Amino acid sequence: MRVASLKRPAASRDRLLVALSVLLVLLVLFMEHLAPVFRTLFPELNNPVYRRESFLQLTLDHLLLVLVSSLISVSVGVGAGLFVTRRSGREFEPMVSALAAIGQTFPPAAVLAIVVPLAGFGFVPTIVALTLYGLLPVVQNTIAGLGTVPPTTLEAARGIGMTQSQILRRVELPMAMRVIIAGVRVSVIINIGTATIGATVGAQSLGTPIIAGLVGNNIAYVIQGAVLVGLLAIVSDLLFERLERRFTFGE
Amino acid sequence: MTDGRAPEERRISPVIANRVLLTLLVAALLGAALLPFAAMAPNRLMSGQSVGVTTALLPWQWLSLAALAGVLALCALPRPFPARAARWVTLGAAPLWLLLVLYGLGDYATRALQDASSAARVSQGAAFWILVFCPVLMIVDAFQRLNIGLALRGLYTVGLGVVIGALFASGIFDALSIMREYANNRDTFTAEFLTHLRLVGLALGPALLVGLPLGLLARRRPTARGPLFGVLNFFQTIPSIALFALLVAPLSALGEALPWLKALGVGGIGAAPAIIALIMYSLLPVVRNTYAGFAGVPATTIEAARGMGMTSRQILWRVEVPLALPVILSGLRIVTVQAIGLTVVAALIGAGGLGAFIFQGLGQYAIDLVLLGAVPTIALAVVADFLLQILVVLSKPAGTR
Repeated sequence: MRVASLKRPAASRDRLLVALSVLLVLLVLFMEHLAPVFRTLFPELNNPVYRRESFLQLTLDHLLLVLVSSLISVSVGVGAGLFVTRRSGREFEPMVSALAAIGQTFPPAAVLAIVVPLAGFGFVPTIVALTLYGLLPVVQNTIAGLGTVPPTTLEAARGIGMTQSQILRRVELPMAMRVIIAGVRVSVIINIGTATIGATVGAQSLGTPIIAGLVGNNIAYVIQGAVLVGLLAIVSDLLFERLERRFTFGE
Repeated sequence: MTDGRAPEERRISPVIANRVLLTLLVAALLGAALLPFAAMAPNRLMSGQSVGVTTALLPWQWLSLAALAGVLALCALPRPFPARAARWVTLGAAPLWLLLVLYGLGDYATRALQDASSAARVSQGAAFWILVFCPVLMIVDAFQRLNIGLALRGLYTVGLGVVIGALFASGIFDALSIMREYANNRDTFTAEFLTHLRLVGLALGPALLVGLPLGLLARRRPTARGPLFGVLNFFQTIPSIALFALLVAPLSALGEALPWLKALGVGGIGAAPAIIALIMYSLLPVVRNTYAGFAGVPATTIEAARGMGMTSRQILWRVEVPLALPVILSGLRIVTVQAIGLTVVAALIGAGGLGAFIFQGLGQYAIDLVLLGAVPTIALAVVADFLLQILVVLSKPAGTR
């Protein structure tokens, strides 16, 4: 869903990545020191900085939610994509593709709201919901990526005597890698956003100060949470963009 | 018998003709055997006592389900039905199964609540959802294998939708907890539903108005392309709730500073930040698809149009726009579905919409109130996707469909 072909010089993207990462780390570690700034901006607030949990703790919780769910999504998703593109599973390919396409029309927030209460509120149910949703772009892009490998290339690989597993590891996966990573990128970015909403179903994340601020009418909390999670998403996206560039052939 | 089939098909499945159908059937039967079909609770906030399929349904209902499962199992085998006939039988048996499951749940709720207290609630369990989704997927599978036209598929889907709608109208589901939540919130539901649609519409209008020219600009000026897509991708990357929330502060400041804006409804909380954020999200798919649509028009076609003596304006409106239209409309499809989903989150900043029920329900631990918000949102997204998909196909020039 995202545009990967940004034709700007790679160096400037890398500088942006470094700058934003440093900014993110500094804000996570030293948000308390910005208290005077928030006090001046919002003089009517008694507590201008969110202190119930440290921002480091919230960020780590957020990352844990995204990392665990993404790791499961990627391994299951790539596995499923591989299965339906092999001869033994090809019959399932149209159904799995249709499921991945229909599933992605479901709003992530609605999926979260349905799955989490069914499995009990909190951290693990949120991971289940994130994993389920995160699967779809990975499966879709794995199928699409493997589909871009030209039949003639496969024929040539077979012709030089490669076995099925060699063809997969040395030809198909490397050629499909860029598209697969693009799917992982979409999945991770959606999960970072959905994990934020996870704060409403009892999973502590960077969404927690946002929700606390919206409920308690404290705009400073809202800004602190939103800036951090926005930066986190952008830094992750830039990282994936860099990764995709490394797997681009022949351009 | 096997002679008519392609050699590859014969090699894969000597015993089973349709492994997808069989997998779905096994999943449905396992789900029905192991998971609760419904739950009965003393009131709307407590979690209920699980009830299995054979307990919840009357004998004739679950025996009919078992019989339909038998027919579907035969459809998955190479005998007795020939391949095409098996698919048509599936298209007949699967919806019957679906309707029977729906009817059975409503019927159970009505019977169970006859001699229970008025606060008692019956909700659907995990097995119910599995028994609903599996026949739907069987229908999808049969469609894919039959490879029949969009018109027939649409007709079939609409027909099934009408029958299910008639089931709802007959009041068979009224005893269910989610429908009781609906009955309690009937007026608010209609209002929030319309708010949801209005927010989506108010975001899509400006997004198209700005996005279409920007897409054309990206096509005509290659130097503008990189920065433009960079900025728009930036917007898309920011999590929805963060973007909504980040707009709250500046807009409330703006509302304070300019009272006439506040009088117009522009303030920190409410629809204004939601609509602005939705527009920002919608721009990337619109601009990207507009660009891709125009970029996909073959240079030779434009050359030919110029050769015929068409002016630039004529080429744009009579050649480029019609040829780019399907791709632009798929962009519209993406943003519509996306906006319907993101509007859920907008309820957190007080913009209303169906998300209001979701977050209200989550706050009260009232699951059926959550479902009252979530299920219609999903249905809305799927229906919008389906309709726009038809529009995309219709917009393709005849002969390339």
